Amino acid sequence: MTQLANPSRTAAAPPQTTALVQYSRAFAGLFLRDLFVLRRELFPFVIRVCMNPLLFLFVFTYVIPHMNGGAAMNPTAAMAGNAFSTVLLPGLMAVAIMFSGIAAVALPLAQEFGVTREIDDRVMCPLPVAAVAIEKICFSALQSMVAAAIVYPLAYYVPAVHPTTHVGNWPFLLVVVVLASLTAGALGLTIGTTVKPQQIGLIFGVVVIPITFLGCVYYPWAALTHIRWLQVGVLVNPIVYMSEGLRAAITPSLPHMPPALILTMLTVALCLLTWLGIRGFLRRVIG
Amino acid sequence: MIVEIKGLQKVYEGKQRVVAVDGIDLNVAEGELYGLLGPNGAGKTTTISICTTRALPTAGQVKIAGVDVVASPAIARRGIGVVPQYNTLDRSCTIFENIHFHCLYFGFSRAEATHRTHQLLAQFHLTERADAYPSQLSGGLAQRVQIARAIAHRPKVLFLDEPSAGLDPQSRIAMWEAVRALREEGITVVLTTHYMEEADELCDRVAIIDHGRILVEDTPAALKASIGAEKVYSLDLHRREEVATLVETLGKVAGISAAETTDKGVRIFAHSADGLLAEIVQAANPYGLRDLTITETSLETVFIRLTGRDLRE
Repeated sequence: MTQLANPSRTAAAPPQTTALVQYSRAFAGLFLRDLFVLRRELFPFVIRVCMNPLLFLFVFTYVIPHMNGGAAMNPTAAMAGNAFSTVLLPGLMAVAIMFSGIAAVALPLAQEFGVTREIDDRVMCPLPVAAVAIEKICFSALQSMVAAAIVYPLAYYVPAVHPTTHVGNWPFLLVVVVLASLTAGALGLTIGTTVKPQQIGLIFGVVVIPITFLGCVYYPWAALTHIRWLQVGVLVNPIVYMSEGLRAAITPSLPHMPPALILTMLTVALCLLTWLGIRGFLRRVIG
Repeated sequence: MIVEIKGLQKVYEGKQRVVAVDGIDLNVAEGELYGLLGPNGAGKTTTISICTTRALPTAGQVKIAGVDVVASPAIARRGIGVVPQYNTLDRSCTIFENIHFHCLYFGFSRAEATHRTHQLLAQFHLTERADAYPSQLSGGLAQRVQIARAIAHRPKVLFLDEPSAGLDPQSRIAMWEAVRALREEGITVVLTTHYMEEADELCDRVAIIDHGRILVEDTPAALKASIGAEKVYSLDLHRREEVATLVETLGKVAGISAAETTDKGVRIFAHSADGLLAEIVQAANPYGLRDLTITETSLETVFIRLTGRDLRE
């Protein structure tokens, strides 16, 4: 009897396992393709990641402090010593993470939906269409993590006075970086699927710059306490939790939000943006 | 049947409600080369999009190799190859990489993928261009790469949407040859076209489709024979007021199987018979015959007969 029962069980199992194997192979194939293309475009990638933080750090933490009377011109000079570079380090990492999400997902998607329709080829892969969107988020997250790793040494060594960093809890840092990177990819997906391809150029002015400047990148969230409406208003901005999360993980000497709140809000943002992004993606590719 | 379409319907709701596909039933046997012939906007591309899981039907069912494309699209895609109207080659990858990655998406190992890619490049005479990027290719060559890529995972059915749109005559013939060769490999091919020569030349069976409905379906030879005539005479008349009388007179002439009025004058379906031309000219002269064109019956004639319109209108 057992001999009879066994084959029927194994006969029923294969379709499901093969489907799962099929999906994961297709997913791996897509990921491999993206890696391959990125490797070929490594130099532009590094330039793109470095340029914004490098110039920002150079001007605000190197050039201005070296000027005669520079302190008077430096709006953040009131923060004594190395405070500003310490504020900037996690903030600029957050910007790099966020911007990689947009550059890795939103911009290519605009092209693939618009001019070339290349997306149709990816959609014909043997895996659920939502998984194609998730692959984009994951690959973008990888780029975000690399970008964050590139920005860290820049933000540490470029300022005339090095920032004070101290990582007390490595797993927390890792979780924050991974969550922030995935959220950035999901944000890129949401933007890429909701903005018309012809208007993708507008997102820099309308989305990227506002969420950066109002993302607690250049100041800790706690410092907004005297502008209460803004302090509450910026809470809808996912970049706030990326900056604050990195602040809590890398520069805990500065005021920051409670870690549990940060992780919760990053998870909420990730789920919401992933849901919106996938919904938009499906609407775009399936007629 | 490898492709089974039942009661397929697609309605685009919106400011203007568009019924793109209006109840299509279709069966394609394994190994067949099947053509959907119809003018632009007839619903061919929508039908193909639904069959290839890129659009959802409003009603009806499509099964490819027994797999329902709506219920399990990801599984169905394994058996489907598709060449859309526009070039969807991966612009960031070379020709070789396009095919190679396609194989990887479909679960090939790297060694298998490399082997299959080399084989396809040779089969489609693309080996020399293996390292070129899609933007460097002519339309005909890009089309060939797309076909090679579409069949790389050995699908059961290949869908070609307007494969010769935008191709020069030479590339079109090369494409036809490539498609015929696929049949020898046992791949079922479903193509859409609005070129009647293409449907006639390539397809085993043709469905003529208009306004989202199939008007008629048969082999090209049987469709042409259904006209019951070998030649079509189109008369361009100056005086069209009493054309009805002329149509009546012509209808009685031996060798003429049918006559009908058109915008410009009269269209006559006739057998090849000696002296018929003289007779037609004589009968039409009092109506101010300006011009006369004679064509062989073709699938276009069948379409005109069914709809009263030209395929290109």
